[in-house]
Amino acid sequence: MKRDMPHIPYSEVTPKHLYLNRREFIAAAGAAAAATGILGEANAAALEARPSQYRVDEKLTPRDAVTTYNNFYEFGTEKGAPALASRDFKPLPWTVKIEGLVDKPREFDLRELVEKMPLEERVYRMRCVEAWSMVIPWIGFPLSALLQQVEPLGSAKYVAFTSVLRPEEMPGQRGIFQVLDWPYVEGLRLDEAMHPLTILSVGLYGETLPNANGAPIRLVVPWKYGFKGIKSITRISFVEKEPPTTWNLMAPGEYGFYANVNPEVDHPRWSQATERRIGEDGFFGSGRRDTLMFNGYGEQVASLYAGMDLRKYY
Amino acid sequence: MHERTQPATRHVRKPDLWTRLPVWPVYLIAFIPAVWYFYLGATGGLGADPVKTFEHLLGIWTLRFLVLTLLVTPIRDLTGVSLIKYRRALGLMAFYYGLMHFSAYMLLDQALNFRTIVEDIAKRPFITIGMLGLVLMIPLAVTSNRWSIRRLGSNWNRLHKLVYVVAAAGALHFIIGVKGWPAEPVIYAAIVAVLLGWRGVRKPFVRWKRTTGPRAATSSG
Repeated sequence: MKRDMPHIPYSEVTPKHLYLNRREFIAAAGAAAAATGILGEANAAALEARPSQYRVDEKLTPRDAVTTYNNFYEFGTEKGAPALASRDFKPLPWTVKIEGLVDKPREFDLRELVEKMPLEERVYRMRCVEAWSMVIPWIGFPLSALLQQVEPLGSAKYVAFTSVLRPEEMPGQRGIFQVLDWPYVEGLRLDEAMHPLTILSVGLYGETLPNANGAPIRLVVPWKYGFKGIKSITRISFVEKEPPTTWNLMAPGEYGFYANVNPEVDHPRWSQATERRIGEDGFFGSGRRDTLMFNGYGEQVASLYAGMDLRKYY
Repeated sequence: MHERTQPATRHVRKPDLWTRLPVWPVYLIAFIPAVWYFYLGATGGLGADPVKTFEHLLGIWTLRFLVLTLLVTPIRDLTGVSLIKYRRALGLMAFYYGLMHFSAYMLLDQALNFRTIVEDIAKRPFITIGMLGLVLMIPLAVTSNRWSIRRLGSNWNRLHKLVYVVAAAGALHFIIGVKGWPAEPVIYAAIVAVLLGWRGVRKPFVRWKRTTGPRAATSSG
């Protein structure tokens, strides 16, 4: 990733964009929340954010692909399920509780976060552990900006995240055939959580997050496999020990706590050396591209793992 | 397969519709999904990851034809309806779909990157198992003709028991190629397990049916 790359606004890709200011967003989102359940994407409201220096100079994955090709097992295991089965999900009102080893535990209202946090647009690569990838214009703010507000204690070494548990709104959480234990949980080492590339996202492509992408607030850690990016976060907790993480609990030999993108360390059942770029390579395309170490963010994050055996800590 | 001459005492039925229909439409109909998905893929109708979807659909249809092939015997055992006439077509279609599934992987997914393909087959259990299933279908496809049946005699039946291994490999290939335990591959594995399990119990069942089943009851009463 280079910081001096020419900035291509995605407004060239999706031209008709009317940006509301944040107060208007809040009003619109409120109205949209009232209309949820009638219209699937009623929650999508325009969101203003200043372009960030963190932008990869690669073709954006079309919005349609970003919002309809998802792994969000709470809504079903098919890639198309989240977009289709998330209509009843109500992302507003929403609060995020921050607790644990902190001086000032607090509950944040999502509207407050959207209004007060420094929203930026960041164009990141997203590499799924299943060997496909996208390039997504996220809107969000650095996780560190939020975490600093609660004043973590010196004993805090890790940050644990918990997603939402709402079987009545999330069909994947109902029924006898459960793929994972709910709610979904994830975690980061404190230095990973505080890294400037780590963001909490509240939108993409100039609008609030669609339900299928983890509305209303989700984690984005661009140098790690996508499953680390926990969606629909309700609780963030500072802890001393490495917290449990959902896919690691499901198959510890296949999904590690770190889950850094690494073309050298294969998943036991498939190769991680290459990837397919969704929505771009098409049917008769060139097939695959090489996966980059740390998903191309090595310059910024490799030092976090200096001296670590990345085969052992996969 | 040769049907043994039925005992003269068996009631003579008019041939049923399914035994009077010709076999060739099976081939024609069976190729429709492949042609349709190819058309969708080429025209942007297979979603965000068309290659993976195309590959997956061809794989699913391979499994479906294997399941249909394996259903012929239990249907005959349970209902007396014999669809044996269509079994060769169903089995061959499983092979053709398996071949198309592998071709899509080789040409569209890996773009003929042979180093990766060979590595995948050697190193990835789910690809190794899938490949095993495909390779084992080759002798079955090659001997799916009257000449081979005559030539091989009872060995033909022995050889074609390989289809059980093929079906198990197919189901396993599906289930270990995915993350977690989603419903679809688990359902296919369960169906294949039941169909293979039937082979273990069908002989006693058929014997029991002959002696105590409804037909025996009416003829003796």
